[in-house]
Amino acid sequence: MREAVAMDRVLFGDNQFFGVNHMSEEKARAQSMRFQDLQAILDVLDAAYQEGIRTFMCTTHDRVAEICDHFRANREQYPDYTFYPCMPYAHKYANAVTEHGMVEALRKFLPEDGALGAMMKGGVALASKDARAIMGLLIDAEMKMFHGLHTPVIFIQNVITDLLLGLGMKDAFRFFADHVRERYGAEPGFITMNTPRLLDVLDDLGIDNPIVCSNINKIGFRMCGGVELYEQTIAKRRFRPIAMSVLASGALSPREAVEYVCRQPRIESIVFGASSRANIRQTKALIDELSVPVPR
Amino acid sequence: MVGLGKMGLSHHAIVNAHPGIKVVAACDTSAYLTDVLTKYTGLKCYADFDRLLEGESLDAVVISTPSKLHAGMVEKALSRGLHVFCEKPFVLNVADGERLVALAEQKRLVNQVGYHYRFVGAFQEAARVARSGALGQLHHIRAEAYGPVVLRPKGGTWRSAKDEGGGALFDYACHAIDAMNFMVGPPSAVSGVVLGSVFSRDVDDEVYCTLHYGEGMSGQLSVNWSDESFRKMSTKVSIWGRNGRVTADRQECQIYLREAHPGLPDVRKGWTVRYTTDLTEEVWFYLRGEEYSAQIDYFAKSIEQGRTDGQSTFRSALETDRVASMILAQHRGEVPGSQAPVAAAASQGLWSRLFGG
Repeated sequence: MREAVAMDRVLFGDNQFFGVNHMSEEKARAQSMRFQDLQAILDVLDAAYQEGIRTFMCTTHDRVAEICDHFRANREQYPDYTFYPCMPYAHKYANAVTEHGMVEALRKFLPEDGALGAMMKGGVALASKDARAIMGLLIDAEMKMFHGLHTPVIFIQNVITDLLLGLGMKDAFRFFADHVRERYGAEPGFITMNTPRLLDVLDDLGIDNPIVCSNINKIGFRMCGGVELYEQTIAKRRFRPIAMSVLASGALSPREAVEYVCRQPRIESIVFGASSRANIRQTKALIDELSVPVPR
Repeated sequence: MVGLGKMGLSHHAIVNAHPGIKVVAACDTSAYLTDVLTKYTGLKCYADFDRLLEGESLDAVVISTPSKLHAGMVEKALSRGLHVFCEKPFVLNVADGERLVALAEQKRLVNQVGYHYRFVGAFQEAARVARSGALGQLHHIRAEAYGPVVLRPKGGTWRSAKDEGGGALFDYACHAIDAMNFMVGPPSAVSGVVLGSVFSRDVDDEVYCTLHYGEGMSGQLSVNWSDESFRKMSTKVSIWGRNGRVTADRQECQIYLREAHPGLPDVRKGWTVRYTTDLTEEVWFYLRGEEYSAQIDYFAKSIEQGRTDGQSTFRSALETDRVASMILAQHRGEVPGSQAPVAAAASQGLWSRLFGG
C-alpha cells in the first residue's frame, strides 16, 4: 500500500489570473487586464507564499508555463513549493477542435518533438483507437511545462471528468490514474461538479480513497445532487475531499462560507483564489481559525 | 443521439446521465468516433440516420448534425411519430420551418430547439422583468455577442464556399436574436444591415442591424465573432423602457427602476442586481453550464407531460430563423421584411468547424 500524499490545508487557485469570474464579466475583464503581466501574477503568488500557502493548484494554461519557469529558476526562494496541475485547459482543446476538427486536433496535441518513437506511438495509438495510450500521451504533453517541479497530485479538470462521466467512459479514469501514478509518482485527483455520481464510478473501478475536488459551499452552488447529499457523502464515503468555490463566487460572506466548509468533517483541503494580500491573509486566517483537525 | 460533434457529444453525456432517459443508439458519420464510443462505452452506433430509424424503436431523437441536415432529419423523425430536440439554428429555409412546425403541431409531438439562453437564469430574469410591464413602455433593446471564433484568414474550408451561407449570422447571431425574441418578441422588420467580413474571405464575421418592433420600439444587434479580447462567447442584452432598464448577461441581471412597480413587487426603486448564484436552479448533472442540462430535462419533462407548446419550440425557433432571413434579404437588397429562403445552400459552419470540413 503506497503512502497517501499529505495535502496542505490551504491551496491557492488560479481563476483570478485568467479572467474567470462566475459573478461578473466586468470583474473578470478587469482581472485579465491586471494580470496580463507575469509579474503581477508572481507578486500575488509571493504574497500567498508569505502567508504560508505553498501549493498552487493551476490549470495547464499556456501562461502557467511562464510561472513554472520562474519557480524553476528560483528554487532556493521557494524550496517547498508545490504545483497541483489541473489538465487540460479546455479552451485550448475546444479552439483546436473548432479550427482543425476532432481527430486532427488530437493529433496536434500529441508530442511531435523528441524521439521518433513518440510520434510513432502517437500515430499507432490514434489509429488503433487505444484510449489508454492516447491519454498517456496527452497527459505527458500537458505535464511538460512542470518538468523538474514538485507535482505530487495531478488533476483532471471537471469539464473532462464530467464529460467522461456522462458518456460512461469509465475506463478513462483508470487510464488517467494509472498513468499519473506510474509516470509521475503522483496521486490522481478528480475535479467534478457531480461528486456523488463520480464516486460511484471510481468505487466501481476500485480507485480507492480518491482525491476529489468539487464545489462545496453553503448555498449548494454547482453541487449536483444537492447540499444534503453532499454533506452525507462527505461524512460517510471514503474519499479525500477538496473544497472549491467555497465563497460561491462571492455570494457568501467569507466567515459564513469558511465556517460552513470547516464544519464538514473530513474535508482535507480548501482551494481559493484571491488577488490581494489582504484578502489572502483574511481567508487563510479564517481557515486556520475555524479548522478542526482532520481525522485520518 | 444523431450527430456527435462538440454539441452532440455534450448532449449525449447529459442525456445519458438523465435518470428518465435511456440512450438506445447514436448515429454519426465519423467511424473513428463511433468506434471509440462503442469500444469504451458499449454505445450502439449507426453511420446512417435511416438505418437508425429502421433498426430501433425510439420515443425521441436529439439532432445535433450540420444545420443543412436538420430539415430532412427532423421531418423523417416527426413522420415516424418521434419527439424531436434539434440543435440551433432550427432550419435554413423558412418554408421548411413552417412545414415542420405544422407537422409537429399536427402530430402533437414535443419539439424543441437548443437555444440554451432561454434556460440561463439571468436571461430568464430579464425576460420576466421585460414582460412584467415594470419597465413601462419599452422603446429599445440592444443585444451584443462577441467572441474569439475566427481570428485569422483561412481558406479551403466551408468559409471559402460562398453559397454555403453560414458565418457569424447563423452560428452566433442566432443566439442573440433568439434571446431578444425571448424577451420582447420578434421584430417586424430590419434595416441598416451590415454583414461584414473581418478575416473570412466570403462569409460574415460580424453582423450589425437595426430592428423595428412597431409602437416606437427599436432594437440594435451587434455581433462579432472575431474578437479575441473575449475568452469565450459573451452575450449581453439591455432593454430600455420609460420606467427603467434591465441588462443581462450569463452571470448577472442588473435592473434599474425609476419607480417601483406592482408588476415586479420584489424589485425596488433604483438598482437591483441579481447574480447567477441565486438565479440558477440546481440541475441533476452539470457539464459546461446548468442551461445545457436544464434544456434537456425540460425536453424530457415535456415528453412525460405531453407539453407541446413549451419553451424554445420549433415555432419560436422559426421566428429566429425568420429574423436571420430578413437580415439576409436586406443585405442582398431585397424587400425589407421579405421572407426569402435563407442562404442558398446551407450553413455547414458548425459541422465543418468540428471536423475540419
